[in-house]
Amino acid sequence: MALLERREDGAAEIEDRFTRLGDDDALPGSGGVLVSYSRFSAEREALLSRDGDLGVWLDSNESPTQLADDLDRLAVVACNFPAFNDGRAFSYARLLRERLGFKGEVRAIGEVMLEQITFMVRSGFSTFELKDLKELDEFKRVCDEVRVVYQPTGDGRQTALQRRLGS
Amino acid sequence: MSQIVIASGLGSGRVVFLAKGSKTGAVAWGGLIEVSEVAADDARAAELLAIAEADAATQNEVVEPYLIDVEDKGGQLRPTKYREVIRCLGPTVREDLGKQAEGTSA
Amino acid sequence: MYRYDEHDHALVQDRVTQFRRQVERRMAGEISEEQFRPLRLMNGLYLQLHAYMLRVAIPYGTLDSRQMRKLAYIARRYDKGYGHFTTRQNIQYNWPKLEETPDILAELAEVEMHAIQTSGNCIRNVTSDQYAGAAKNEIEDPRIWCEIARQWSTLHPEFSFLPRKFKIAITGCDNDRAAVKVHDIGMIMKRDASGEVGFEVIVGGGLGRTPFVGKTIREFLPKEHFLSYLEAVLRVYNQLGRRDNKYKARIKVTLHETGKEEFARLVEEEWMEIKDSTLKLPKEEVDRIAKHFEPPAFRAVPEVAPTTDARAASDAGFASWLRHNIFEHKTQGYSIANISVKPMGEAPGDATAEQMDVMADLADEFSFSELRVTHSQNVVLPHVEREALPALYDKLVEAGLATANLGLLSDIICCPGLDYCALANARSIPIAMKIAERFTPAKQEEIGDLQVKISGCINACGHHHVGHIGILGVDRKGEEHYQVQLGGSATEEAALGKILGRGFSADEVVEVVDKIIATYLDIREDGEEFIETFRRVGQTPFKERVYGTA
Repeated sequence: MALLERREDGAAEIEDRFTRLGDDDALPGSGGVLVSYSRFSAEREALLSRDGDLGVWLDSNESPTQLADDLDRLAVVACNFPAFNDGRAFSYARLLRERLGFKGEVRAIGEVMLEQITFMVRSGFSTFELKDLKELDEFKRVCDEVRVVYQPTGDGRQTALQRRLGS
Repeated sequence: MSQIVIASGLGSGRVVFLAKGSKTGAVAWGGLIEVSEVAADDARAAELLAIAEADAATQNEVVEPYLIDVEDKGGQLRPTKYREVIRCLGPTVREDLGKQAEGTSA
Repeated sequence: MYRYDEHDHALVQDRVTQFRRQVERRMAGEISEEQFRPLRLMNGLYLQLHAYMLRVAIPYGTLDSRQMRKLAYIARRYDKGYGHFTTRQNIQYNWPKLEETPDILAELAEVEMHAIQTSGNCIRNVTSDQYAGAAKNEIEDPRIWCEIARQWSTLHPEFSFLPRKFKIAITGCDNDRAAVKVHDIGMIMKRDASGEVGFEVIVGGGLGRTPFVGKTIREFLPKEHFLSYLEAVLRVYNQLGRRDNKYKARIKVTLHETGKEEFARLVEEEWMEIKDSTLKLPKEEVDRIAKHFEPPAFRAVPEVAPTTDARAASDAGFASWLRHNIFEHKTQGYSIANISVKPMGEAPGDATAEQMDVMADLADEFSFSELRVTHSQNVVLPHVEREALPALYDKLVEAGLATANLGLLSDIICCPGLDYCALANARSIPIAMKIAERFTPAKQEEIGDLQVKISGCINACGHHHVGHIGILGVDRKGEEHYQVQLGGSATEEAALGKILGRGFSADEVVEVVDKIIATYLDIREDGEEFIETFRRVGQTPFKERVYGTA
């Protein structure tokens, strides 16, 4: 498993600062933790007042709008892809960035397919858990494969329309 | 019921048959049903399918192998299900195309 | 018609390069078939019964002669000399090789075509009225909006992995030739009380296993909000649509289970958040695209066409072709000419490379180089001078393309069925051919407007639910078996047919159609079309004749 962060000119492999906790695992005294939405709901106060960064991971049937009030206290929101063809998290990432104004890390976890990375980046994901990473170049390549985008999304990429109007 | 293994060529997409004498590590695929290795019972059929699946997974030559029931029809090997008969012969509305145009008689 | 600018070109070319690399990786074994399948499907490449099948998009069914010639060239060079026009105004090739597919896509890119999103759980080719830009009483050319939707939906990052495929159809006319009510989203252009042009938005129509006629969730959507509203519908669906059962994943089921009012409320709520975002289209861009759809330079020609009228008076074959295949054009002295791709003894919708070349030549000579593919699997020359119709007809006769059967019994919509399709349970093409052969042209003319639609499985690519006579092929105990239904319609009066009763063997089904038609001829009242008679009398008389009981 490798954690990649999207950078201007490609990507970099980064260290995961967050320990993924099961719902019954003991809470460590310090350090970043990533918990499920159900654990977050049940132990919200304790988790938010704890010393150390907090992240919440959402399954594909859990909308980030439920986290709206707490987002400014979360360092990471992870969205799970239980299968490559469950595309709900593409909407969740856009809602996090464009509707809820979340500025922290949005992480793609689960079945993250290399060929989907460009859609994920465009939707607002910033980090990616890849099961099998051959090389960073491959990541960069899939991000840059198609030079033109038509849809305005929160990633700020200039769309075909913006180029037309600019030219 | 006798069975054979049918699949599609990865590059060509054309229907192929696991050929006589195929075994793990030495698999051959042919384009016409006549070349097929025929399994007389379920145990042998499972063996053939395993050989074919291993080949599909490692050799990048064929995809989606599966077993079909066949019978002897007037001295010719033919599938029992009409779907597979069409697969083995070609479109019934275009007799100039498919296996029926390449040597397998309808 | 729309022409690519540098950005459109770059996208399609990049997509070709991307797919070429994906194919190379697959051939080299770097990715497995399981990983590759969704990638090839995103480019319209299926693995069918005999070979791969490549579905090429013909956006909203509009193409020019140069593109038609390229389709012919591909059929000849990479396939077996023919292609199949589909009900979604696309074309399918039945025998391409995987290794050559990137080359085919590169050929297509040269003429501003592609296979992007012709499969997969994404927004598919947006379809439209085949007479767009030529039809009388059209509010506005709907293709302007189809093209805007095409660009917006192409490689949409949020909507490329929807619960299920998603089909949008847009028409600019009251008489619906695009079957908008049986699409995931159907849009009808209309004017509000103040005269402003916008869209009625219909959601949740569809055929397949669970057919539904769509429901209107917004009576009037101003044009400027076209994209934001689409995005709102798709965003609600992407989150709400079922992922647990692919047979319940289409938006028609989402709408049905959520309830129309609640679904509409959710869409409105989402839309309020984004309606004034960057999705709001600047007039400049709409104008830029609209400019591409300006009418061609029609000549000022008189309404009367003496040569055509004289020929019609003396040539019954020509008169029949005129009566059935020619439609009224909005411009004085012009006609819309349909080329039937349903000649006797051929698979409905199949055209040879030679026929495609002829159609391209005829488009150059008679119709400002423009062609259309229709949802009933025919081809249209949209702008033909009325006085030139005899010359056009003669050339069509020579090419075997003058079958005068538009809207008649033998103008059958038919899926490829088990002759080609890996999903089919029964053959459909031979049934279509047998039915067509059963009735002489004179008999068909006597019967009048009658739509027979045939599907080889429950997925309903042959639209059997909305045929006046619908036929569905099933597998019953290892035999091909056919269910018959009556009373469906895909027009503005969309209706789903009702199953007549127990099904039939392939041999019986032609007899059954014969009996149904005989019943209609016996009981029809003056000037009544089949569907009107059916709506008046219901199933009973047909049932009695077919089964010998009520």
